[in-house]
Amino acid sequence: MKTAPVVIRVALASTAMIAAMGAAHAQELNLYTSREPGLVEPLLEAFTESTGIKVNTVFLKDGLAERVASEGESSPADLLMAVDAGNLADLADKGLTQPVESDVLESAIPENLRDPENHWFGLSMRGRVIYAAKDLDVDQITYESLADPEWKGRICIRSGQHPYNTALFSAFMSHRDAAQTEEWLTGLKANLARQAGGGDRDGAKDILGGICDIAIANSYYVGLMRSGKGGDEQRAWGDAIKVILPTFEDGGTHVNISGAAVAKHAPNREEAVQLLEYLVSDEAQKIYAEANYEYPVKPGAAIDPIIASFGELKVDPTPLTEIVTNRKEVSELVDRVGFDN
Amino acid sequence: MASVLIAALTLVPVLALAWQAAQGSEGLWSHLARHVLPHALGQTLILMTGVGFLTAAIGTGIAWLVTAYDFPGRRSLEWALLLPLAVPTYIIAYAYLDMLHPLGPFQSAVRVVLGFDSPRDFRLPDIRSMTGAILLLGLVLYPYVYLPVRAMFMTQAANLVEVAHTLGTPRRHILWRVALPLARPAIAVGVSLALMETLNDIGASEFLGGRSLTISVYTTWVTRSDLAGAAQIALAMLVLVVALITLERWARRKQRYSVSAQRARSMARQPLKGTARWMALGLCLLPVLLGFVLPASHLAIEAWKRIQFAGLSARLVTEAGNTFTLSALATVAVLSCGLVVAYTARLFPQRGMQAVHRMASLGYAMPGTILALGILIAAGGFDRWIGGMAKGVLGLDPGLVLIGSGLALGYAYLARFLASSIGSVEAGLSRIPRSYDQSARTLGHGIGSTLRHIHLPLSRAALAAGGLLVFVDCMKELSATLLLRPLNFETLATHLYGEAARGTYEEAAIAALAIVVVGILPVILLARVGRGIQ
Repeated sequence: MKTAPVVIRVALASTAMIAAMGAAHAQELNLYTSREPGLVEPLLEAFTESTGIKVNTVFLKDGLAERVASEGESSPADLLMAVDAGNLADLADKGLTQPVESDVLESAIPENLRDPENHWFGLSMRGRVIYAAKDLDVDQITYESLADPEWKGRICIRSGQHPYNTALFSAFMSHRDAAQTEEWLTGLKANLARQAGGGDRDGAKDILGGICDIAIANSYYVGLMRSGKGGDEQRAWGDAIKVILPTFEDGGTHVNISGAAVAKHAPNREEAVQLLEYLVSDEAQKIYAEANYEYPVKPGAAIDPIIASFGELKVDPTPLTEIVTNRKEVSELVDRVGFDN
Repeated sequence: MASVLIAALTLVPVLALAWQAAQGSEGLWSHLARHVLPHALGQTLILMTGVGFLTAAIGTGIAWLVTAYDFPGRRSLEWALLLPLAVPTYIIAYAYLDMLHPLGPFQSAVRVVLGFDSPRDFRLPDIRSMTGAILLLGLVLYPYVYLPVRAMFMTQAANLVEVAHTLGTPRRHILWRVALPLARPAIAVGVSLALMETLNDIGASEFLGGRSLTISVYTTWVTRSDLAGAAQIALAMLVLVVALITLERWARRKQRYSVSAQRARSMARQPLKGTARWMALGLCLLPVLLGFVLPASHLAIEAWKRIQFAGLSARLVTEAGNTFTLSALATVAVLSCGLVVAYTARLFPQRGMQAVHRMASLGYAMPGTILALGILIAAGGFDRWIGGMAKGVLGLDPGLVLIGSGLALGYAYLARFLASSIGSVEAGLSRIPRSYDQSARTLGHGIGSTLRHIHLPLSRAALAAGGLLVFVDCMKELSATLLLRPLNFETLATHLYGEAARGTYEEAAIAALAIVVVGILPVILLARVGRGIQ
C-alpha cells in the first residue's frame, strides 16, 4: 500500500488537468436530462447546428436531483431537463435551480405551463388519454366514469405509482377531495383487466391481444406506433385502437409537460438560457410535434396530423403547480387501495 | 490493515445512507406498516423462496449430472449451462413477455393449431404473475448455484464419493448421503448470490408487475421524493439480509470442508446407457434452451428485423467498447480487493477480522440504486471537499474528481460486487489445507511468496470463476451506472434502459442482444479454465 498515495496524487493531478482543459473550451454546455436520449437528440443536433454550441449530455433516469445536489457548487450541470411537472417542481423545491427572466420564454409559454417564479418552463405537452378497441361503441369518456362497474375487467394501465398516473390522480384530487379520490381509485382498480404495470404502449398491445378493451396512456405513443417508426408490429397495435380524449366532468383533458430549468450553479448560464429559448422557437416546437408527437406549448404551433386526428384538445385548466402539491398524498392513496397489487 | 480500509470503503455508502435516513421522514412507517409492508413482504418472501428453491434444484441437479455421469453432449453442456449468466433478469423478462404475449409467436401458433382466429376468442394465462417471475428469474440465476457446486463436486467430492462407492453405496444414494451434504456451503453461497440478485432486481419486476420491497423503496424515493424514507426502508431491508446471512453462517458454523488438495481430482464418471442418457441430456438441455437459446434467438430475430428496418447505429460499437473496458478494469480492481480481504481473513482468523470481512460484503445485500445513492452522497461530499481545498491551496478548480472521472462508478462496482469476489476467493482458498501454509512458512517463504506460489496457483480456477462473475455483473449493472456515470458516457445497459424507458423496445433488442453476446465471451473463457482443472 506504500505506493498508493503516489497513485492517488497522479490520478488527482491528471483529472484536475482534464477538468481544466475542459473548462478552457467555451461555447459548450452540459445538459442533465431524465428525458430519453432518443427524444432529445434531434433537438440538440438542430441547436448545435444553428448556434455552434456543443451540448454534452448525461441521461439520468431517477436521481437527477440527487446527483445535482450532491455535486453542489462544482456541478458542471447547466440545464436540467425532465418530464412531469412534479419532477420539475421538485428540482426547484430542493434549491437546485435559478430563475430566468426572459421575454422570449414568457411570451411563448402559457402561464399555467411554467413556474410562477420562473424556475422551470414547460416545453411540450402530452395528454393522458384513452386507447379504445376499434370496434368499441364509445366516443366520449370522462375520467370519473372509468370507475363505473360497466368497465369491470376491461381496463389496462401502468403502475399507479408512475409519475404519469400520479399526476392524473392528483389532477382528479384537485377537482374532488381525498375521500372521493380514494373511492374512485378503488373503483378503477376493480376494473383492471390485469395487474397494473408495463408501459403505455403495452396498453395498445394488450387491446389487440384481447386482454383489455380500453387503456389509459399518453397521447404521443400513438404517433410513434401509427407512424410505423417502431416497425410494422407496432403499427398494428396503433391501428387496433382509436383514441378518445377524456375530460373531467367539470374540466378538460389532463395534460402533463416535459420541461427544463437552469441549474443553480450553472457554469455556462448564458448558453443554457440560449438553449432554453431555442426550445420554444418555431423550429424546435416543430421538432417536438413531428419527431416526438407531443403537443407544442407555443400557442398556434402546428400539431402532427396523427395527433390532430384525435380531435381538439381541451386542456384541463387546473394549474400544474396545484396538481403537483397533491402528489405525495395521492401516492399514499395508491398504496392504500392496493392499486398495484 | 488494507483489508480494514477496503471494508471501510464499502461501509461508507451505508453510513451515508444512515445519515440520510436520520434526516427523518414523517409518518412513513405507520403508512408502510398499514398499507404496503404486509403485501410487499409477502410477495418478497414468496419470490425469494421460489427463486431459492428453483435455483438450488436446477443448479445442484445439473451439476451432479455433469460431474457424476457421462452422456452424449456432456462436455459441451458443461459450459453451455453457464450461458444464461449472460442474460440479465430485465432482458429475459422482456424477451419472454414478448414471446408469450397473446400476439407473440407462441400463442399465435397455439391459436392456429386450435383453430381460433383472434386472441379475443382464446388466450393462455398471462406470464405477468408471481409464477412467471419466479420461473424467469430462476432460469437465469441458477448458474450462480451450478458454478460453485460443480466446482465443489469436481475438486473435492471425488475422493469421498469413491470411498462411498467402494463401500458399496449405490450412486443415487451417494448424491443424498455424500455429495449433497458436502455441497451445502457451495449451494448456500450460490443461492444467497441468486437471492441478492433477486432482491436487487427492479427491471424484471417492472415488466412482470411484482410488488417487492425493492419497488417500495423506489416508490418512496421517486414518486414521493422522500429520500430519507427510502433510505430507512433500504436500511431495514439490509438488516434483514444481514440477519439471513448470519443465520446461514451460524447454521453451518461447526463444519469444515478442506480436503487434501493434492488428491483433488474429478471423479470417474459413470457412463449412462439407454433412455437414461437421453433423459440426462434432455434435463441438462432444458435450462440452456429456456434460459438462453430461446430468449437469445428471439432477441436475435428482433434485432435483425430492426437492423434491416433502421440500420445499425455506430454508437452501439462505442458503447460496447465502453462497457467492456469499464467492466474489465472494475473486475481487476474488485478481484484484487476481494483477494486482499479473503486472504487476510485466512491469515488472521480472529473474530475482529471476520467482522471486517462480513462488513465488506454489505454492498451486495443492498439494491443497486440505493447503494448508488449512498455512494453519490459520499462521493459528492468528497468532491466538494477536494474542490474547496484545491481552490484554496492551488487556486484552480479540479471539477468533480470522483464523479467526473468515473472513479465514483468504479467505487460503486467495488462496493457492490466485493462480496461476490470475496466469496469466490474464499471458496478457492478454503479448499487448500492450512498445513500447506504452515509448511511453506516453515520453509522460509513470506506471506507474499506463499500467496504467489501456493494459494494463487491452487485457487486459480476459483479466481477465474470469481472474476467472470464480477465481469458479467459489472457489464449488466444498470442502476449505479445510470446514476454515477460521467457526461457523454454510455454503456450498453444504459442505452438499453434509455430505449426501454421510452418504450421503444425494438431498438432495445439490439443493445440487449449485444449485452448477451459480450456476456458470452467470459463464459467461454471460464469454460476453458474449468476444463483445465479436470
